[in-house]
Amino acid sequence: MAETTLSEVENKTVRVDRADKETLLDAQGLTKRFGDILANDRVDLVINKGEIHALLGENGAGKSTLVKMFYGSLDPDGGEIFWEGRKVSIGNPAAARELGIGMVFQHFSLFEALNVVENIALALPNPGNMSELASRIETVSRDYGLPLNPDDIVADLPVGIRQRIEIVRCLLQEPQLIIMDEPTSVLTPQEADQLFQTLQRLAEEGCAVLYISHRLEEVKRICHHATILRHGQVVRECDPTLETPASLASMMVGADVASVSAGDQAPDIGETRLTLQELSAKAATPFSTALNGISLELRAGEVVAIAGVAGNGQGELFDAISGEMPVAPAMVHLDGKPCGNKNITWRRKQNAAFVPEERLGHGAVPGMKLSQNIVLTRHSTGDGLVGGGFVSNAKAADLEKRIKQAYDVRMSHDDPEARSLSGGNLQKFVVGRELDRKPGILVVNQPTWGVDAGAAALIRQALIDLARSGSAVLVISQDLDEIFEIADKVAVISRGYLSAAEPAAEMTRERVGLLMAGGAEAQGEVA
Amino acid sequence: MFEAVLLTVITAATPLLIAAVGELVVERSGVLNLGVEGMMIMGAVIGFAVANQTGSGTLGVFAAVGAGMAMSALFAVLVLFLVANQVATGLALTILGIGFSGMIGEAFIGVPGLDLPQLYIPVLSEIPFIGPVFFQQDALVYISFALVALVAYGLFRTRVGLVLRAVGDNHGSAHALGYSVVKIRFMAILFGGACAGLAGAYLSLAYTPQWVENMTAGRGWIALALVVFSSWLPLRVVVGAYLFGAVSVLNLHAQALEFDIPSQLLSSLPYLATIVVLVLISANRRLTLVNTPACLGKPFVPDR
Repeated sequence: MAETTLSEVENKTVRVDRADKETLLDAQGLTKRFGDILANDRVDLVINKGEIHALLGENGAGKSTLVKMFYGSLDPDGGEIFWEGRKVSIGNPAAARELGIGMVFQHFSLFEALNVVENIALALPNPGNMSELASRIETVSRDYGLPLNPDDIVADLPVGIRQRIEIVRCLLQEPQLIIMDEPTSVLTPQEADQLFQTLQRLAEEGCAVLYISHRLEEVKRICHHATILRHGQVVRECDPTLETPASLASMMVGADVASVSAGDQAPDIGETRLTLQELSAKAATPFSTALNGISLELRAGEVVAIAGVAGNGQGELFDAISGEMPVAPAMVHLDGKPCGNKNITWRRKQNAAFVPEERLGHGAVPGMKLSQNIVLTRHSTGDGLVGGGFVSNAKAADLEKRIKQAYDVRMSHDDPEARSLSGGNLQKFVVGRELDRKPGILVVNQPTWGVDAGAAALIRQALIDLARSGSAVLVISQDLDEIFEIADKVAVISRGYLSAAEPAAEMTRERVGLLMAGGAEAQGEVA
Repeated sequence: MFEAVLLTVITAATPLLIAAVGELVVERSGVLNLGVEGMMIMGAVIGFAVANQTGSGTLGVFAAVGAGMAMSALFAVLVLFLVANQVATGLALTILGIGFSGMIGEAFIGVPGLDLPQLYIPVLSEIPFIGPVFFQQDALVYISFALVALVAYGLFRTRVGLVLRAVGDNHGSAHALGYSVVKIRFMAILFGGACAGLAGAYLSLAYTPQWVENMTAGRGWIALALVVFSSWLPLRVVVGAYLFGAVSVLNLHAQALEFDIPSQLLSSLPYLATIVVLVLISANRRLTLVNTPACLGKPFVPDR
């Protein structure tokens, strides 16, 4: 791939513009190596006081590695960090917190079995008396508009509240720099707005924020400055307010990102392929969600998307449709046949295909080769992979090559184990494996979760193309940009209730947000 | 009569209680040590041997604690530093302990042992009925209750306990916050080993003051079951240990009183009781899951 094709002239002008501000953190030539891979290669980064600084890059560009070095979770192999002009070495997270660096993690670092106070106490060097801390938490959280009940057990709380705990925990450390790793990926639009207000208030108070996000719209909206990483190197700095999301994306990828096109003609709607009728299921564990009377029709030629914040029953709904969780026969119909109690192989033989959310461990067996993973989902769908009880490795290998080429799955050597692929590449593989069958019905949960812009565009285009060729596609996603890009109809899931599917053209983000925040529930209960 | 039964219940329950409360701490930190039986029997044989050679029961008890800790340190090195499979390592530890104790103990078979003295708590021990049962016991019985109180307070009221529970719930997050998962687990495993060794010493110095090969007779496994039975709550371990102790001695008393019940049925009572109680407890899944250490048995490798 061509390195740094964009000019770096603007770089200097931007630096001059920022010169009047006081420097908080100055990293010079940070390098981190994992085996043969240079995760960070001489990275320079300057963060000023009171600045919301975006850190952009594709998956694997080295963003997480860089912030982990700031937070003391990783030791740099080379380079220096200056904090308020003083050279520092940050040996562990406690040292980082002492300097005034706080972090809100991408994958929550909360303890589910503990309550809110205990979770926060664990991150403070001197939490003191628990009941005093509890009242401090109540005051600070209310003050910033992020109210928390200190005695709640985390396992009982929805993701939006969990994020609040992370942020309040960070605020109680009275940090000068807050690092946020993809904070909005699990929030409703309204919750995200609330977060942006908090961040802006913090910035006004002089606190700096290092903000990592894949959502370029919001970067443009709230960030003052952006540093873009590619292959572990800083390729560009810019003022995001002067850029467009498309130009930011092309800086990250190093080339123009193909935009997804839904096709000109109106979707040609055919007969009903998948029907859910009053689908209900009890929560299997205290940490899962019950499904409450979900009804949906999916017809040939259309893409229906189910929006919703993580943990509102998406996984359970997917399991019921795919057959991993058996329900009453009449609750699920495939092509008019009741099949709620049929297993996944039966449904696959009905020409349905399923891509679960978790690609490693659920969608693919980490320790198995890609060709073996193909056999696992396609052994009885007419590909001749199994004959007389024997597996044809040759045919599986042919399929693997075909999928690799058609969906641009990049790998270091032929037919590797699933775990050796990067997240984006593995996602292209697990989606490609099912798309390659040309299924009549495709159900996919979070098709582009944690996948970079280039791979996401490829997957979305493939989903649209499948629907336009006459198949029915159901997409469960948290990503509203994705939903509005590809969906013909949108329904919203909230606490196990599903709103009625409405044409995407008539849906607005505000309406989706309201449904996410409980409107779907009200609608479901009325119905 | 009832007093005598109660006394035997206490002696049967004490080793279970001590070993189980130690294993509870280990499991709360996210480590499953199936080697309780092996650590316990090593404690029994070393405790007996040292007491026999030195003539001091106290030294025997300390030696037993040391033996349990040494065994658990071996386990800790294997599962924490070399990231060996916890189940396999724990089973190996049990087999090692049973074999090794048999070898050490060969010279002591049939040798009369030392009995730990009963401690009479002044005044209280003179209360009729209550006195003899609760305040005329050997030191280890009092220690077993002190241990439970200490563990219950430590786990839920101190920072050390909070960190320990956090490590058991989510070792990745604990590491990200800067806690040393390996160090905390190492200490927890050593504590578990010390308790198992102490429980062993109780068997060979107080329960039956002699050394018999394989004398733990599955008590280590019952202690492990008790931890699950208690859903990882220390005070429930007391209930469980005494229930098990009671059922196991009931068997003997029933035979002595010539009840017309097959002894096999009575011998199986503790296990039937386990099943019944586990079913009852599992009815409240929320409480069970919140208390179950989510990282139990999962290996941890820091990404540094």
